[in-house]
Amino acid sequence: MPVLEIADLTKQFVAPDGSITRVLDVPQFSLGEGEQVALEGASGSGKTTLLHVIAGILQADGGSVSIGGRQMLSLTEPKRDWLRASSIGYVFQTFNLLQGYTALENVLLAMAFGRGIDASLARSLLKRVGLADRMAYRPRQLSVGQQQRVAVARALANRPRLVLADEPTGNLDARHASEVLELIRSICREHHAALLLVSHDREMLKRFDRVVPLAQLNRALAPAVKEPQR
Amino acid sequence: MRQGVSVWQAVGLIVRRSLRQHAVSTAITAASVALAGGLVFAVFSIKRQAYEAFTGGATGFDAVLGARGSQLQLVLNTVFHLETSPGNLPWTMYQQIAKDPRVARAIPYAVGDNYRGFRIVGTTPELFQAAGDARGRPLAVGQGGRFFEASGRDAVIGSVVARRAGLRVGSTFHPYHGVVFSERMQHQEEYTVVGVLQPSNTPADRVVWIPIDGVFRMSGHVLRGSGQEFTPQGGQEIPDEHKEVSAVMLKLKSPQAGFALEQTINKQGKVATLAWPIGRVMAELFDKIGWVNRVLALVAYLVVVVAAGAILASIYNSINERRRDIAILRALGARRRIVFLSIVLEAGVIAAIGSLLGFVVYAAILGVAAVIVRVQTGVVLDVWRLHPVFVLAPMGMTLLGALAGIVPAIKAYRTDVAEALAPLS
Repeated sequence: MPVLEIADLTKQFVAPDGSITRVLDVPQFSLGEGEQVALEGASGSGKTTLLHVIAGILQADGGSVSIGGRQMLSLTEPKRDWLRASSIGYVFQTFNLLQGYTALENVLLAMAFGRGIDASLARSLLKRVGLADRMAYRPRQLSVGQQQRVAVARALANRPRLVLADEPTGNLDARHASEVLELIRSICREHHAALLLVSHDREMLKRFDRVVPLAQLNRALAPAVKEPQR
Repeated sequence: MRQGVSVWQAVGLIVRRSLRQHAVSTAITAASVALAGGLVFAVFSIKRQAYEAFTGGATGFDAVLGARGSQLQLVLNTVFHLETSPGNLPWTMYQQIAKDPRVARAIPYAVGDNYRGFRIVGTTPELFQAAGDARGRPLAVGQGGRFFEASGRDAVIGSVVARRAGLRVGSTFHPYHGVVFSERMQHQEEYTVVGVLQPSNTPADRVVWIPIDGVFRMSGHVLRGSGQEFTPQGGQEIPDEHKEVSAVMLKLKSPQAGFALEQTINKQGKVATLAWPIGRVMAELFDKIGWVNRVLALVAYLVVVVAAGAILASIYNSINERRRDIAILRALGARRRIVFLSIVLEAGVIAAIGSLLGFVVYAAILGVAAVIVRVQTGVVLDVWRLHPVFVLAPMGMTLLGALAGIVPAIKAYRTDVAEALAPLS
């Protein structure tokens, strides 16, 4: 059974002037267990919206999103929250770490809303991403590369079946970007998690065996890309 | 670890971190709650303690017999050594009531002089066996002291008098005429302090006690017990018919005696007034001024409401800057109700911290109030005296604080995750 299966997924936004902009129209997409796929998309191509819909942060207007056989769109919000927490890891471009919390607490909090706090696992994840001596540091005390490593550890905190990565190297220099990308890929492999990464960085995309252009996947982008208006 | 437990651990962590991240506003808000709490504690505690102290009556006595007039004035004058005497009674009336079979003990008081503002009361040595301290124990003099004899120019002084007037055993002083101190009103007679009462935590601590004969013989005093003026001469026995007293403190043999004497003296007689029971007279005063307590309580409640408003405003204003953190928590899987609960709990914790700090404010308020009340009335307020408000008010304030957190919690609850994450994601 695919970890992620999308069918006839649509999402549109209503602009303040009343005009409707369709940003997603994905007829079909699936991701197998442990598979790693890159979506290639330019800025404003709806990739963040797609990941948000997959993660249940945004509600789609139509179609279906199945995570490990569970229909995300038909769940109540609390059940979507639980499915997201327990089955999906999300790595954001801007890391989105909680600034008032230590690296370890950022990972522990993610666990708390998912499968439950497991401090030894949280520590081993942070060790795995090379932050054994930075667990008690707050995000602003870490370099950007280290912050993204915390975000990677946090995304894996609940042993998810699916990791979504939204331009995870967008804020990093070339050396750190390469390191972090390899880290995400290898750690996903170690945890048997499928990876869906979106990026417009061709150097990053080259590392993937399967790269899907978003313009090909999302019919809403043809013939012209429209910026989502919210 | 079970997920439910983890969620509660997470909520605890979120609340702790939020309090620390907003430490300044947390401290200011908790301080405002502390002021409110301290005020509530103080109002209720002082009210209760004052009521008990003033309505508890004079330890050792049930009633006061005095000149025809106000029972309240009589009690204030003889028990609390406040106000002026409503007038005098002939000595024969004292003798008559002392012999009454319904009366266990009668102690005469003669007032009208002071020493530097402290009332001088002329009485008999039996007073010191009859009266007691706030705990009902007999009055006692400190080391090296003794009670006075029935005659002579000896004085026993209360502990507050000793401390504030700088008198001790062996000290001498001249009384002053009247109950208000005036340098020009000094009597010629010189008295010697023979005993300093150990603190009794009663109005007796503020009194200078001398033999009643000394009051009769004080220079300038004129006795009118017989209806005619009589000036005592030194060395000469004073005939009983000329003597007069300001009041007679009474210990009755039974409550029935009080009913009977009240009937005889207050309803059938026209010369004297019996204030009985002493506690009831003071309770009536408290009933009359009960509105003051209600106003004070209302003010305290309003301050509590304002403090709750401060919690609401403080957290509400911080929600905008927390939107991103809230969105991240939601993106991590935190349910809306967890976010809601965290904010409500944070408000409750601020209120609880403020309530606990309120005890410091309360101690400070009562510390000052206790000094003032003791100096003015001799009544001692005890900071550590327990009162149900010490439990109920923190609980109520914590609940109110949590309720105040509902409005910002609703705002947090409604946070649009995608929108809050959008600008940077």
